[in-house]
Amino acid sequence: MSAALLNVSILAAQSILAATMLLYLFRMLRGPRAQDRVIALDAFYVTGMLLLITLGMRTGSTLYFEASAIIALLGFASSVALGKFLMRGEVIE
Amino acid sequence: MTPAALSVPMAILISAALVGGALFALAGAVGAVRLRTFYQRVHAPTLGSSMGMFLILASSILYFSAVRRAPVFHEILIAVFLTLTTPISLMLIVRAALARDRMEGSEDVPPLSPEPGDGMSDRREDV
Repeated sequence: MSAALLNVSILAAQSILAATMLLYLFRMLRGPRAQDRVIALDAFYVTGMLLLITLGMRTGSTLYFEASAIIALLGFASSVALGKFLMRGEVIE
Repeated sequence: MTPAALSVPMAILISAALVGGALFALAGAVGAVRLRTFYQRVHAPTLGSSMGMFLILASSILYFSAVRRAPVFHEILIAVFLTLTTPISLMLIVRAALARDRMEGSEDVPPLSPEPGDGMSDRREDV
């Protein structure tokens, strides 16, 4: 009973998160300006990280946790770099 | 221990937190697609990176703690890190967007305050 419930709810959460990523992808492709794309990318990687955590719950392995921690770290670095690029036109001065 | 041996109330709690968090993330994405200006759209995705993230990480903590019969708390690392970094990156991006809008002379953003020191100026007039 509880295994079936967990299966269904993890699948539902994964579908919802995938739909969320598609919506952010739409905003990233649509724009209309560079800052919209950067914000959408920022939210996109957070959603991908959440999706990896649900994958870890499905397989019962903690490897996915480490992958999502790396995504969180690198995503922050990339957002800061993109913000700096928007501000100055250069990442490293 | 397999997931099948979880108690039913625990499974319901885990499922509710998981689906609830995913729905928060979806609400944020709908906002990011439907709101009209950039400065409105910035607010929506933070639903997913605050409440959505908290609920999904909480459900993961509950699940692994219940399955392994021992407290498993390492997801807290991600929660703390995201809570600290999301405002930093968003403020950087929004300040960059504001500077770009001002450089283009857009009328949708307030102009730079003429007097420095009144708390409203950017102190970045040299940019």
